[in-house]
Amino acid sequence: MPWYEMPWRERTGIVGSLYDLSRWRWGEMLFWTLALMAILLFPHRYLILTEIAWLALFVLSLDLILGYAGIVSLGHAAFFGVGAYTAGLLALHHIIDEPVLALLVAGLAAMVLGFVTSFLVMRGADLTRLMVTLGIALLLRELANRFSDITGGFDGLQGIVMQPVLGLFEFDLFGKTSFIYCLVVLFLMFLLARRIVHSPFGLSLRAIRNNPLRAAAIGIPVNRRLTAIYTIAAFYAGLAGALSTQSTALASLDVFSFERSADLLLVLVIGGTGYLYGGLIGAVVFKLLQDVLATWTPQYWQFWIGLILVVLVLIGRERLHRWTRWGPERIKTILDARKSAAVAGEKTP
Amino acid sequence: MVLKLKSIAQVAAGAVLAASIGTQALAQETVKIGLIVPLSGGQASTGKQIDNAIKLYMQQNGATVAGKKIEVIVKDDGAVPDNSKRLAQELIVNDKVNFLAGFGVTPAALAVAPLATQAKVPQVIMAAGTSIITERSPYIVRTSFTLAQSSEIIADWAAKNGIKKVAALVSDYAPGADALNFFKPKFTAGGGEVVEEVKVPLANPDFAPFLQRMKDAKPDAMFVFVPAGQGGNFMKQYTERGLTGIKVIGPGDVMDDDLLNGMGDAALGAVTAHLYSAAHPSQKNKDFVAAYKKAFNQRPGFMAVGGYDGIHLIYEALKKTGGKTDGDALIQAMKGMAWESPRGPISIDPETRDIVQNIYIREVKKVDGELYNVEFATFEAVKDSGKIKK
Amino acid sequence: MTTFLTILFDGVAYGMLLFVLACGLAVTLGLMNFVNLAHGAFAMAGGYVCAMLVNRYGLPFFAGLPMAFVVSAAIGFVLERLLYRHLYHRNHLDQVLFTVGLVFMSVAAVDYVMGSSQVFINLPQVLQGQIDLFGVGIGRYRLMIIVICGILTVLLQLTLARTRFGSQLRAAVDDPRAAVGLGINVPWVFALTFAFGSGLAGLGGALGAEILGLDPHFPLKFMIYFLIVVTVGGSSSITGPFLASLLLGIGDVAGKYYVPKLGAFVIYTMMIVILILRPNGLFGKTAVR
Repeated sequence: MPWYEMPWRERTGIVGSLYDLSRWRWGEMLFWTLALMAILLFPHRYLILTEIAWLALFVLSLDLILGYAGIVSLGHAAFFGVGAYTAGLLALHHIIDEPVLALLVAGLAAMVLGFVTSFLVMRGADLTRLMVTLGIALLLRELANRFSDITGGFDGLQGIVMQPVLGLFEFDLFGKTSFIYCLVVLFLMFLLARRIVHSPFGLSLRAIRNNPLRAAAIGIPVNRRLTAIYTIAAFYAGLAGALSTQSTALASLDVFSFERSADLLLVLVIGGTGYLYGGLIGAVVFKLLQDVLATWTPQYWQFWIGLILVVLVLIGRERLHRWTRWGPERIKTILDARKSAAVAGEKTP
Repeated sequence: MVLKLKSIAQVAAGAVLAASIGTQALAQETVKIGLIVPLSGGQASTGKQIDNAIKLYMQQNGATVAGKKIEVIVKDDGAVPDNSKRLAQELIVNDKVNFLAGFGVTPAALAVAPLATQAKVPQVIMAAGTSIITERSPYIVRTSFTLAQSSEIIADWAAKNGIKKVAALVSDYAPGADALNFFKPKFTAGGGEVVEEVKVPLANPDFAPFLQRMKDAKPDAMFVFVPAGQGGNFMKQYTERGLTGIKVIGPGDVMDDDLLNGMGDAALGAVTAHLYSAAHPSQKNKDFVAAYKKAFNQRPGFMAVGGYDGIHLIYEALKKTGGKTDGDALIQAMKGMAWESPRGPISIDPETRDIVQNIYIREVKKVDGELYNVEFATFEAVKDSGKIKK
Repeated sequence: MTTFLTILFDGVAYGMLLFVLACGLAVTLGLMNFVNLAHGAFAMAGGYVCAMLVNRYGLPFFAGLPMAFVVSAAIGFVLERLLYRHLYHRNHLDQVLFTVGLVFMSVAAVDYVMGSSQVFINLPQVLQGQIDLFGVGIGRYRLMIIVICGILTVLLQLTLARTRFGSQLRAAVDDPRAAVGLGINVPWVFALTFAFGSGLAGLGGALGAEILGLDPHFPLKFMIYFLIVVTVGGSSSITGPFLASLLLGIGDVAGKYYVPKLGAFVIYTMMIVILILRPNGLFGKTAVR
């Protein structure tokens, strides 16, 4: 009998723990309910919400390789950029007008690049990987600048007119369509990522992250697995780039910039690596923080962001996560206690 | 067909939006200006100058025009176009701004153009200098400059003043290409020859190899365009290489006033064509420079003047419409407007909404122990030739 | 031929400058295993200190240079004692987050205090222009850079390899516990090393202002270059970064001179190729973990 047909209580051992891991927790449902509620709650903030949504997808991509497979990258913008330009060019020249299809094609384009470059990042230690990935992104930026007749060079791709999503939903000035569109894509890709990291494949990645030698010794094809996840992550990043192009109707050289990759790393580390929500929470926190600070002091917001980062590290992220979790967990224990009391109450008579 | 329907729908949506904004604007007593400039990152000095100039202008002229209170909302886009676009969109939708202004780099201005059209909000360009910008929306007005203006003038001047062989060094991005593309035909038509062309990466730490190429080409003069802010660095290395025998000519960006003093005597004798010099000998400019120096402890550069004139244009347009903030009326009011700016007499071309201004040929000289671009020839009322050509 | 020599000379000077700027990073990263992305901020501090002293208070340039070193080293020392030392045992990502935070703060703070325009240091007449040596154009300023950096490199190598402090440092890095057992004051050794590295960066910043330019954006703009030098050189010694700096400096300058169309590609391509062939850097013996 396959494990998923087993009744709950019989799922013990590895199957049980795998199952436990992949079970939906109430906190997760709350998170997505909130995300959905944002459509109704913040009609004035769709634009930044859209940015958060594609940034979250982008961070998810980095988390897949950094948090789950231990590959650091400072050049993830390479895939973002390829996705962004592909989506932009497809729409600009009316090759594929339908955004969802164009989105997939853009993702695939980034994926191809991911597969090819994955062999370059297999070797070397963290620092080497950082610099090789960074180098690739910067080279792509120079290429995009050089072939300005295709990419528009420094001016970027201008004059893109986006067609309705699925031929039904127009992109509007308030950004409602693009937010819902990005949110849906994010959610679907999140489901996929969740499935991936909780699969045996995902577990093998974690084994590699923790100790590549030992992983190889127990028969995990280390390089092949790393290539696979790197390629998948590139697909994700490509989607994120394409979403950004589609929601803003432009793509410029900045998509490849060092700052974009570096910010991405910050966002992920703020949120916490190695659990999928880390990236998502990081994206929300970072963007909102940046927005609030930049509104408050448009000239010197960077100073306060910097201060927050410094304080964050000095306090220690683990401690901070404990603090933030303390509240909900407290409630949960109380609820659990009540529930078990109620169950006990039902049984007694 | 689909496309056509789509664009009709878009126009309709824009009209509804504009109408809703219009009615709200009538009710409110404040006029809001969304100022989007780079205040962080490599272009920060551009944004700072514009922001400063606007503050100065409002200090001098009060914050009320035609019975309306002026409120400037400053946003930092870090010169990244998707930021500019999002900020502009938020300013239009949430803050209901009546003007969009600023824009440090061309891509940022271009990214916002469709929004200006859609929402019928005037977009005042205070810095970006590529020719095409004003063609992207009927609501764009420019108070900065175009590269064509100064590049052609300097080409003309060089050809007539005994410069035969020129080596060109421009930054490798759209404005650099623009500068060279307008310089070259005019210069060769005047009998000159461009013997070497080098494009320098935008983020370039060391000019040495490119300067060596210039030196090897043995030109009479060197045509230089680097973006505002890099000029000083360039001139320093130019002296170091012992190129002082080769005259530096070009659009005035390389001799930006706020950096000029730091460049040292190497800059002496450089001849550039530009719209503004802090040494422009008018009372208006003397007052402006003195006030700016007093307020910000720095000499204003041409970016500051772009901002100063931009806000002036907004004030005057409001006066003309009697405080009405309807986008079409404002643009109509701006067209053809002429006034005396610190840089000299300027006007807005009613056809293209681009700036018409005097371009001055200046030479770097020492005045009272400080370096200044001293103007010695004037080309009056220069239009953007990038558009005349078509 | 003379042009080639001039280009070679320019490349060497540029490489030397990169080395002085980056070698502090190589030391903190390679010897103390700390990712200090805020390294450029110390360089910027040195540059601004020198500019202030020379331009505003009329100090001679050659007196400004050592002051740049001293002030940056002092800042480095204080920050090490107050903040950095708590983070030696954290993982690299925390260190990245922390030091990037410092960079952001320094960028905005300098912008606030000094303004966002570029700053230049007034040079004495002696250092301006070129001298002609057998037909080869030699920039005076670059010549000075080569001399200063050359001397520094030799001193640095001697200090690390020959002096008591050098061996204490190496011992403290190899096995801090054993070093403490031997009576070495490990925190003190680390603090001094860190301060020294920061001081060198400050000196580099002051020297580089003339060539690289100096504005508040400096630490972010040049972070990439420092990292390139350290990774390509491998960070287990200082000879590695030194030779890597020279290689990159010459490669970059020569590449831009001979194939200006590919100017921007040269340095990145070199880096990627080298790292793929030798993942631990040109002279790295052990992996940086």
